[in-house]
Amino acid sequence: MLQDFLNQILPSTVGGLVIGSIYALVALGYTMVYGVLRLINFAHSEIFMIGTFASLVLLTAIAPAAPATFGIAMIGTLLLCMVVSAIASGGAAVLLETVAYRPLRKRGATKLAALISAIGASIFLQELFALEIIPWLTDKPGRNQASAPRFVPRDELFHIGNAAVRLDHVIVIIAAVLVMIALDQTVSKTRIGRGIRATAQDPEAAVLMGVSIDNIVRVTFLLGGAMAGVAGALYLMEIENTVFNVGFVLGIKAFTAAVLGGIGNLRGALLGGIVLGLIENWGAIFLGSQWKDVIAFTVLVIVLMFRPTGILGESLQRARA
Amino acid sequence: MSGARLGRVLVLAAAASLVLGACAGGGGGSSSGGDATTVKIGFMGDLTGENSAIVIPPRNGAKMAIAEYNAKNPKTKIELVEYDSQGKPDQATSLITKAVGTDKIVGLIGPAFSGESKAIGAQLEENKIPSISPSATNPGLAKNGWKYWHRVVANDNDQGPGIAEFLIKAKSPKKAFVLSDDQEYSVGLAEAVAKTFKDKGVAVETDKFAKDASDYSSTVSKVKSANPDVIVYGGYYAQLGRLLKQLRDGGVTAIVASGDGSLDAQLISGAGQAAAEGAVLACPCNIPSADVTGNLKTFFDNYKKSANADPAIYSTEGYDAATAFIKAVEGGNTTGEKIMDFLKTVNFEGVSKPIKFKDNGEPEANSIFIYQVKGGVLKLLGPSAEAKLEG
Repeated sequence: MLQDFLNQILPSTVGGLVIGSIYALVALGYTMVYGVLRLINFAHSEIFMIGTFASLVLLTAIAPAAPATFGIAMIGTLLLCMVVSAIASGGAAVLLETVAYRPLRKRGATKLAALISAIGASIFLQELFALEIIPWLTDKPGRNQASAPRFVPRDELFHIGNAAVRLDHVIVIIAAVLVMIALDQTVSKTRIGRGIRATAQDPEAAVLMGVSIDNIVRVTFLLGGAMAGVAGALYLMEIENTVFNVGFVLGIKAFTAAVLGGIGNLRGALLGGIVLGLIENWGAIFLGSQWKDVIAFTVLVIVLMFRPTGILGESLQRARA
Repeated sequence: MSGARLGRVLVLAAAASLVLGACAGGGGGSSSGGDATTVKIGFMGDLTGENSAIVIPPRNGAKMAIAEYNAKNPKTKIELVEYDSQGKPDQATSLITKAVGTDKIVGLIGPAFSGESKAIGAQLEENKIPSISPSATNPGLAKNGWKYWHRVVANDNDQGPGIAEFLIKAKSPKKAFVLSDDQEYSVGLAEAVAKTFKDKGVAVETDKFAKDASDYSSTVSKVKSANPDVIVYGGYYAQLGRLLKQLRDGGVTAIVASGDGSLDAQLISGAGQAAAEGAVLACPCNIPSADVTGNLKTFFDNYKKSANADPAIYSTEGYDAATAFIKAVEGGNTTGEKIMDFLKTVNFEGVSKPIKFKDNGEPEANSIFIYQVKGGVLKLLGPSAEAKLEG
C-alpha cells in the first residue's frame, strides 16, 4: 500500500493538475454567471462541448499541414485552436443567453423557470450534436465519438521523481493559468469589469449608475463561454477525442469546483478546480479509479460542512478593484 | 455481444417500432415454384435498428448459403423468410407467432440477440421448430432445457478464459493488469479474465473507471507503477481507444488485449494507428480478413461478390447455421421434428468452425478467435489454440 502510494503520488499529481486546470477554466463560466444572475447555467457543459468541436473541425481541416513537433507552427496551431474555440463557445453562450434566458428574465419568470430552460437547452444541444452534427462531421451514422489528429508531441520535458512531465501537460497548465490571469485582470481593472462587479453587488443600484444590465449579462456569458472554449481546445489537444456528452460529467465536476472554491469567486474557481483534480487522482491511488467521483463529492460535502461558502468564500463583487 | 449494445435497442421509440414492425417480414411472398417443393426457413434479428450492423452480416451469410443451395436446382428448394425484430423481445414474440402460424417455417436462423432468444425459446419449443443462432452469446440460454434451441457460437463464459489462456501461452506473463469500465459486460469479462489468470498462478492487479470518464491519468499511473507483462481490458472500443492512447503516451509498452466489444475498426481510429498497433482482440466470431487461405478464402471471395462488402462480424456463423439446415433438407427432412432429429447428429466442417451440437444446443467447438491490429487493420490470427502473435 505504502509502496503503491510512493510510486503513484507524483504521476497522479501531474495528472491531477492537468485535469484540474481544465475543470477550473470551465468552472469560471459557472461562477461568473452565478455571480451576476444568481443562475446556475446548466447548459454551460454544452458550451464546453461546442468548444471541443470547434477545435476538432479546425484541426481536421488543417490536418495534413498539422505539425507533430515543437515549434512556431505548433504554437500557432494551438493559439488558433484556442481563439477559434473561444469564439465558437463565447458566441454560443451569448446566443444561448439571448434565446433561453433573456426572454424569461424580461417577463420576470422565476429562477426555477430559468433553471428548467437551462436543462432544456442542455439536452437540446447534446441531441443536436449526437443526431445531426457529429454524424455529419464524422460521416458515420450513430452516436459516435470523433477523434482529432495529434499536433502537440508527447515529448517528456523533465522528471519530478518518477513522474514524467510532458510538453502537453505544461501547455495545459500554463495556458489555463495565463487565461485566468487575463480574465481576473479584465474583471478587476477594466470598465466593463467594473460593470460586472457592480451588477453582481446590486443590480438595481448598478442600473441607476448607468450600467446596462443587458450588456453586462451578455458580456458575462461571452467571457464565461470563451473560457469554456479555451478549456475545450486544451481538452481536445490533451485527450484528442470528443463526443456529444463530453461536457456532462466534466460540467458537473467543474460546477463542483466552482462551489468548492466559493461560487461567484474567480480565484476560488481556479483553486477549486485544481484541488478537485488533485483529490480525485490521489484518492484513486488507494481506492481505485472507479471511486474518483465519490471521493470528489465526499470532499465537497465535508468542505461545505465547515465552510458553507466554499474555500475562498462567495461573491464576485468582493474581488478587489 | 450483450449489455449496453442490447440495452440501447430498448430505448427506441414505441411509435417507430410499430411502424417498422408493420413492414417486417415482408420478404415472405409466394412459395410455390414449379414442380419442386419449397420449405421455409426463417431469419430473425435486428435488420433495421440500432444494432443492425452486427445482424446484417449473418443475414447475408445465411442468404448466400441458401442461394448457393438453390442454384444447384435441388428437389426441395429453401426460401429464406426474414423477420426484422429490431432486436426487441416483444417484437420477436409477435413475429414468431406469424412465422409459425402463417408462414409455417420449419426452422429458424436466429434470433440474433440473447434477449429475443430468451423471449421466444418457449414458443419454438412448443411448436417444435428448431433454431440455430449465429450470434446470441448469453451463457444462460443453454440452461433452459430447450430441446430445439442451438447456436454455432461460443458463449460469453468461454471468452474471458479464452483470452487469458491465450495470453499465458503467448507471453508467459508473471503479472497481468486487468482493467474495465463499469458496464455490465465490461465488468463480467474483466472478472472472468482475472479469475483465469489467478487460477493459473499469474499475479493480477486491477482498476476500473466510469464509462463516461475520459481522463485516465490515475489508471495510467497505476499500470505504470505495477509494470505488468500483459494488460487486458474488458469493455467497448470507444473507451479502449482513449485508454490505449493514454497508456502508450504514458510510456506503458505491455501488450493490451480485449474482447468482442472492442473488435471494431473504430478502435483504431479512436486510439490512432500508432497506439492501436499490436493490440490483441478476441471474439467467439470468426471474421476472415483478406489474407486468409483455404475454405475461408473461398467464403471471403464469394461473400464479397454476393453481399458487395467484406465479411463482417458473425457472417461465417450465419452461413454455417444456414448450412446445417440445408444439410437437413438435402437429407429429405422437411418438418421441424425431422430436421431436429437430423441436427442431433449433424457433423460437418463449417466455415467458422466444425459444426456439431451438444445435447443442450451448445456447439461442440467453443473456439475463441484471435485478432491483432497490424498496420492499422484488424487481422485474423486464427482460433486461440493455434493463433501466434506477430511481434
